[in-house]
Amino acid sequence: MQLTINGIRYDLNSDPEMPLLWALRDILDIKGPKFGCGVGECGACTVLIDGEPIRSCILPVGDVEGAVTTIEGIANGENLHAVQAAWLEHQVPQCGYCQSGQILAAVALLNTIPDPTDVDIDEAMTNLCRCGTYPKIRAAIKDAAKMLGDKS
Amino acid sequence: MSRLGTITRRSFMGLGVAAAGGLAVGYYMYRKPYANPLLAMASEGDAVFNPYVKIAQDNVITIIAPRAEMGQGVHTTLAALVAEELDVSLDQIKVEHGPPAKAYFNAAMIVEGGPHPFFDESFIAEVTRGTMNVVGKFLAMQMTGGSSATIDAYVKMREAGAAARMVLIEAAAIQWGVDAASLSVSAGIITNPADGETLTYGDVAQAAAVLEPPTKISLRPRAEWKILGRSQPRVEGFEKVTGGRIFGIDVQLPDMLYGTVKMSPRFGARAISVDTSAALEVNGVLDIVPVETTTGSGFGIIAENTWAAFQGAEALEIVWGEAPYPANTDDIRAVLDKALNAKPDFEMGGKGNVEKELANTQPGNIVEAVYEVPYLAHATMEPMNATAQLKDGKLELWLGTQGPRIAQGACAQLLGIEIEDVTVNTTRMGGGFGRRGEIDFSLYAAALAAKTDGRPIKVTWTREEDTQHDTYRPIAKSRFKAGISETGEMTAMDVDIATASIMTSLMARTYSSGPPPGPEKIMLEGALGQPLTVPNVRFRAHKADLQIPVGFWRSVGNSYNGFFHECFLDEVSEHAGKDPLAFRLSMMNDDEHHPAREALKKVAAMANWGGNLPAGKGQGIAHTLSFGTWVAQVVQVGVSDDTVKIEKVWCVADAGLVLDPENFKAQMMSGIVFGLSQALDQEITFSDGEVEQSNFYDFDAMRMHQCPEIEVELLENSPRMGGAGEPGTPPSTPALANAIFAATGQRIRTMPLSHSIDFA
Repeated sequence: MQLTINGIRYDLNSDPEMPLLWALRDILDIKGPKFGCGVGECGACTVLIDGEPIRSCILPVGDVEGAVTTIEGIANGENLHAVQAAWLEHQVPQCGYCQSGQILAAVALLNTIPDPTDVDIDEAMTNLCRCGTYPKIRAAIKDAAKMLGDKS
Repeated sequence: MSRLGTITRRSFMGLGVAAAGGLAVGYYMYRKPYANPLLAMASEGDAVFNPYVKIAQDNVITIIAPRAEMGQGVHTTLAALVAEELDVSLDQIKVEHGPPAKAYFNAAMIVEGGPHPFFDESFIAEVTRGTMNVVGKFLAMQMTGGSSATIDAYVKMREAGAAARMVLIEAAAIQWGVDAASLSVSAGIITNPADGETLTYGDVAQAAAVLEPPTKISLRPRAEWKILGRSQPRVEGFEKVTGGRIFGIDVQLPDMLYGTVKMSPRFGARAISVDTSAALEVNGVLDIVPVETTTGSGFGIIAENTWAAFQGAEALEIVWGEAPYPANTDDIRAVLDKALNAKPDFEMGGKGNVEKELANTQPGNIVEAVYEVPYLAHATMEPMNATAQLKDGKLELWLGTQGPRIAQGACAQLLGIEIEDVTVNTTRMGGGFGRRGEIDFSLYAAALAAKTDGRPIKVTWTREEDTQHDTYRPIAKSRFKAGISETGEMTAMDVDIATASIMTSLMARTYSSGPPPGPEKIMLEGALGQPLTVPNVRFRAHKADLQIPVGFWRSVGNSYNGFFHECFLDEVSEHAGKDPLAFRLSMMNDDEHHPAREALKKVAAMANWGGNLPAGKGQGIAHTLSFGTWVAQVVQVGVSDDTVKIEKVWCVADAGLVLDPENFKAQMMSGIVFGLSQALDQEITFSDGEVEQSNFYDFDAMRMHQCPEIEVELLENSPRMGGAGEPGTPPSTPALANAIFAATGQRIRTMPLSHSIDFA
């Protein structure tokens, strides 16, 4: 089967039932998406498929339709995505393990709602963080929204 | 006031000074340094100055931060200690964890494990702390835990930076033929003001490293600090926003295999029978091997990828033996109950005569309450995993571990090889909270590596395996009894706490030995050692004999005793007819309680405590001194439609001296969310000898929509430096329970609070 990941086409010869997460991590050596729960509960494995946040640990790789973007694919060369830059500015990550998924969920949120309210953030940001970085995530999303708004 | 001033000056001279002065015997051995582990592994051209600093020919400066980076920012703060004195900026350096070595012992962790309250400045307490510091070195513990990393490093890592800077300047002085004192240094560049000539550290590193290290080091006064005391960007921040391959689970090696484990769901039991046929038929599964270790018994699955290994584990058909403990939570709780009502195992830290005082108190002036908390899992975001390769009798490990030396020894013992033949590479960690100080994940990887003909294997646990094979925060139950005078003062407090012994459990699984002698202070910490002026007080610990693995969990005993103690003070204040804040302040009358009083007053001001709140809202207050840090919190809840929303938390922390304020505040915030998560449905229960919860759908933690606004301020009244990683957790749950009482009139004495009330 063929997959497009971060703009690169891959030929993959694996069990189509294998979740996308493990195809990315173990077969293609793309380590940004993390394994947290295996049941779509925590969001550490979040990737974007055609811009939609998808929990890759429960999506069989054979069912993937669309272009996959992982955390490795959102920066423009050396230039970080506004969400990544805001994350650094606010020093969001502590252990950092959930942050690939958090950042992609935030990118997807800002793509659909450029100026999200607190309720929008509550509804979109369902990923688990055991370090409790939520208040900083919220602040960083609002800042990233400003940065993106200034650009457009 | 004069006494506090003295303590401040002395303690800021450094913990190392006080410790060495506390004990004459064995002074020489104590001062004699351990071998520098960097010398053995230095590359061609590396100039090694001490165990913390090396400079390569290309001017790359590496600082060793030998503690687990699991989110608490310790690599940044430890590197800052060295960089401050070395006179380089944090973006000029590389930070590495370094190898397991005796040189990296953690003395501070042992020191505060002693029996005396943190603020006890008596001669006996000082001598005990001094002695235990020396013991810490002889045990050569390289542990990350007890919120101790920065305290331990505060003097020695600054000295390491200063010592390196001094010989680098001296080498430049020799090269130029001038007096070292005439040279200036900034950002790693040495300048001769006489002629404007400059040399980088890399230029003189080789010559400097062979010079005699200085015997007299003077550290920069705080007023001259450029890095310390200021918030720094994390050294690993960039990797953490770009999906960097920094965690144990990201390790990738040539020719690597993948595995997982299926261990007995009944602790201490083994398989009676196993049918591996279906598992071996799973596409990609290569082998199923038995795993027998001190931490558990079960099977390892060796496969071509992690997904295959997980499917193989699921396809195993195993009949397990019976558990050596009561099979159901109700029966386990009955053991706890029985322990609480039996003779205590030990008593410590009391004074006066509690029994006499309570006997003389009118029954109407006695307050009694019973509290209980369940077992809890750590639920780190990154499930347990480890990578191992056994080749030519030598084992190499890649571990996200809080205790590399302990893992190294345990794996050597398991495989029957010498400890020198075990190499440990410590990775960054997706959360630790005490869980990653355990050896089980390392042992299982080592056991599987023995079956792969020299190929490396990464062994990843499923979330279900992780949840069901934790070393849990113990279950605990307590009875608090207080006597109140006619004027509303607490005249006696009698505390009985029943819980499982962490040390008994830990020593058995880690060293196959019994617990260390003496009372286990952690059973009482958080109730014991709190700033409270009561003339008659007694603390008694009751050990519940339960062979369910229990271990260190963010703030350990403080996580439940803080809840018990601070909920109880709230109840006593109610009976005394006093405001909870005013009551607490009136019971903190010793000079040493000054930081607690100030923290409470400040947090109350931030929260506008006592102000008019709209109907349906309530505020609760709590203070816990743990790991040397005084933390006061106010939680505000709003109740509507019978559901409780945690709206806001105000927090004031006093750690004496804070090296990175933003990171410290982030740790408080993190500790609060970790603490409050307990209230929201967290519990580990048992049925048929097995843990009933398995994944985040039945053992969850706080999410974004539940997370309150959190405001943190810092004070510096405390005479000694305290920790950051854990002290934010203990006061959060009692402040929440007290807020719910203020809003609803309902006292909830059992965790999780969600059993008694609905959260939004």
